[in-house]
Amino acid sequence: MQAFIIRRLLALIPTLIFTSIIVFASIRLIPGDVIDLMLSQNDIATGNDRARIEQALGFDQPIYIQYFKWLWSALQGDLGRSLWQNTPVTEQLAETLPITFELGLLALIVALTVAIPIGIYSAMRQDTAGDYIARSFSLLMLAIPSFWLGTLVMVFPSVWWRWAPPLEYTPFLEDPIKNLGHMIVPAILLGLSLSAVTMRMTRTMMLEVMRQDYIRTARAKGLGEILVVVRHALRNGLIPVVTLIGLQAPLLIGGAVILEQIFVVPGMGLLLLDAVFQRDYPVVTGVFLVVGVGILVINLLVDLTYGFLDPKVRQQ
Amino acid sequence: MSEVIYTPPAAGPTQRSPIVAFNLRMFREKPLGAIGGVIFFVFLFCGVFADVLAPYGVNETDMFHRLESPSLDFPMGTDHLGRDVLSRILIGAQLSMIVGFLAAGLATVISIVLGIVSGYVGGKTDMLIQRFVDAWMTFPDLVLLIVVISIVGPGIPQIVIILGLLYGIAGSRIVRGAVVSVRENMYTHAAQSMGARTLYILWHHILPNVMPVVIVLFTTRVGAVILAEAGLSFLGLGIPPPTPTWGSMLSGTGRTYMYLGPWLALAPGLCLTIVVYAINVYGDALRDLLDPRMRGSR
Repeated sequence: MQAFIIRRLLALIPTLIFTSIIVFASIRLIPGDVIDLMLSQNDIATGNDRARIEQALGFDQPIYIQYFKWLWSALQGDLGRSLWQNTPVTEQLAETLPITFELGLLALIVALTVAIPIGIYSAMRQDTAGDYIARSFSLLMLAIPSFWLGTLVMVFPSVWWRWAPPLEYTPFLEDPIKNLGHMIVPAILLGLSLSAVTMRMTRTMMLEVMRQDYIRTARAKGLGEILVVVRHALRNGLIPVVTLIGLQAPLLIGGAVILEQIFVVPGMGLLLLDAVFQRDYPVVTGVFLVVGVGILVINLLVDLTYGFLDPKVRQQ
Repeated sequence: MSEVIYTPPAAGPTQRSPIVAFNLRMFREKPLGAIGGVIFFVFLFCGVFADVLAPYGVNETDMFHRLESPSLDFPMGTDHLGRDVLSRILIGAQLSMIVGFLAAGLATVISIVLGIVSGYVGGKTDMLIQRFVDAWMTFPDLVLLIVVISIVGPGIPQIVIILGLLYGIAGSRIVRGAVVSVRENMYTHAAQSMGARTLYILWHHILPNVMPVVIVLFTTRVGAVILAEAGLSFLGLGIPPPTPTWGSMLSGTGRTYMYLGPWLALAPGLCLTIVVYAINVYGDALRDLLDPRMRGSR
């Protein structure tokens, strides 16, 4: 297990380097005329002159020095200051990250509770009407854009029943019920769009596992179907589904951006969008970096869990 | 390993062309996929002839017919400026189609080049490219798009190039996988031992054999690109107004009027869902028929 962890950590290094280069390149790609645009738009903020912005973005030094300086300060948790609020970007991220995390976690719970039972059912009743309905539903969920679903949820209940989902954010620690009441609608929508892939994967894995010899053995010794599924098939069938959670992290965050905007959830996605519209580049790249590294860490944790659950993976 | 990837169905007694035979087989074996294909081609038709099909001008306002519910004159109703929703949907289809095809085409070319270089050359080059692809795929599509658009600004050329790069780099992995398996085939080794130049081998042996993968990749990418463009337009980062796109018709000022005219919220989303769904099932069916090895993967 130890060797597996070390190997996995070493494999992460080149990816991390490329990730940091991509984020850094996005800062460098900001063309000069954008600075002019920022200047013309930012006249409310005090003392915003060209040199200050260039310095804030680090444009006055050779590129490799810029990269290492940026990397060094990022490693120390310094991502610069917001050009508008003049607060450290790290502070803004610390405020918004937990909110997006909560939304993601709720969505994941929704996705798994919907997808795994339907996926199992679909596999057990392969090629029946129920299986087809479940598979069509999952294909449909892949095609429905979450921003449309969000729009429908906003518009139609209010037209028909004069009810609209609450749009006022309350911190969880202040009033958990009110907080969940606000978060649950976007979480369900996000979860539904994630459930499609999970459902397909659960079905495929269960179909594969059910053909194994040990399932035949379990049946042969007279176990009931439920016991065969729960005790023998699920244990192995669900291991690859764990990996899927890692693969879905990017989808989760991408979807969160849109749903946070529709339902006014003050998470990282809304922070990113606001920053983009205000051309607040230190905030944009800060969010960009945190999202990239965050997903790498989630994938690392998922891989390690996978190695822990499945001894075969450790030996490879 | 050395199995043939795609065997064209044996020609019947009437000697039908392979394309016709393939489509007939699709209708027989994958009816749902075939229906998806038909919807996909109807969408293409609407996109190509949008200017002729649209009953009214796209930005033609009519103050006497504001927020009218669907009727014979306005099959999808009108919006808050009295513009015909059907005409805007049709022009939106055209834009979706243009962006979808250009970006998916660009993505496919990038995937082929990167995938073939990485898969055929192998070694350190492969390792380096793959680690870069890893890092690239770490970022959520939408976040990457938002960040890049915030830098280069919205507009059709930018969106096509960015979406092409985004899906091209991600898709290169699938092409690479196919190249790696073709590379080890006997005929490739035979060509190598006869002293064929690398470019010759790539063009005559590798590319034709990864074509099924490429066709499927292109089809599914069209759907993904259309969805991504709509998402960007919805967030106000896509093609700038007053050009109607399916994404922007659901956002912006129109949003406030949806409570008075709920049909405004229906048409663009429904079209988007139907087209993307059709492309997805069509792509799935194509994959099953062209490349049985990829079955079940996405």
